[in-house]
Amino acid sequence: MAAVLFAIVAGLTAASAVGVLVHRGVVRSALSLLFTLVGVALCYFLLGAEFLGAAQLIVYVGGTLVLVAFGGMLTEAGPFAGPRVPAVGWVVGGGVGLGLFALLASASLHLARPPATPDGPLPGVAVLGLGFLGVTADPADRAFLFPFEIVSVHLLVVLVGAAYLARAKGRVRAPGVK
Amino acid sequence: MDLGLPHFVLLSAFLFAVGVACLLTKRNAIGLLMGVELVLNAANLNLVAAARYWPDFRLEGQAFAVLVIVLAAAEAAIALAIFLHLYNTHATVNVDDANDLRS
Repeated sequence: MAAVLFAIVAGLTAASAVGVLVHRGVVRSALSLLFTLVGVALCYFLLGAEFLGAAQLIVYVGGTLVLVAFGGMLTEAGPFAGPRVPAVGWVVGGGVGLGLFALLASASLHLARPPATPDGPLPGVAVLGLGFLGVTADPADRAFLFPFEIVSVHLLVVLVGAAYLARAKGRVRAPGVK
Repeated sequence: MDLGLPHFVLLSAFLFAVGVACLLTKRNAIGLLMGVELVLNAANLNLVAAARYWPDFRLEGQAFAVLVIVLAAAEAAIALAIFLHLYNTHATVNVDDANDLRS
């Protein structure tokens, strides 16, 4: 049952990822990316990581994708036109992609077997949150206070930088653009 | 057939390869950003699959996946700010046209 569900979800995810690659227009690519991100979220649910699946849906599908769609709308010249990819680009990109996939696939088929697949659900959001705060109920659990601090400072800097960069000032139009 | 780690790693490898191909073929800056999102999602899928199937990574895999999601959102925000600035100053988001520093 799980294998059938995974086959369906993986097929959807892979097909829409290819759609992101082949569509020229930003809007169509973003629509394909939506299905890829939802497919990855479904994979998280299949793996038993419910919190991560929900976070993926909220942050990626609800936040990042809207940002990307708005970026496409604000910068796109025409509705469905994008720069045409030259044939050599397809050859190089497709060749590198195929080679990389062959390499990674052959490596992943020779992965060491996990010692024993642990039973029971993954640690939930309570354990995760306590770990991020540096508090662990169980001494065997690990704490992630330092990465959490680094990411917090990083987010603050990024948001200030994004607001500074995106301010509408010094607008220059190329000749011929109204 | 039982679902195992290799299935998810294979899917992740495919997403990664498509993301890299996207980065190499797209000339639109927003398209490049989508390629980066694909690559980050592939890495995240690996982390969560490791959390599920390796006993030692049950907490680590999830914690670092959360961090990657946060960093990906921040990266998208800053990248779009840069692209909007590029569009305001150059009226294009084609990365081949952004060659002011070329000597």
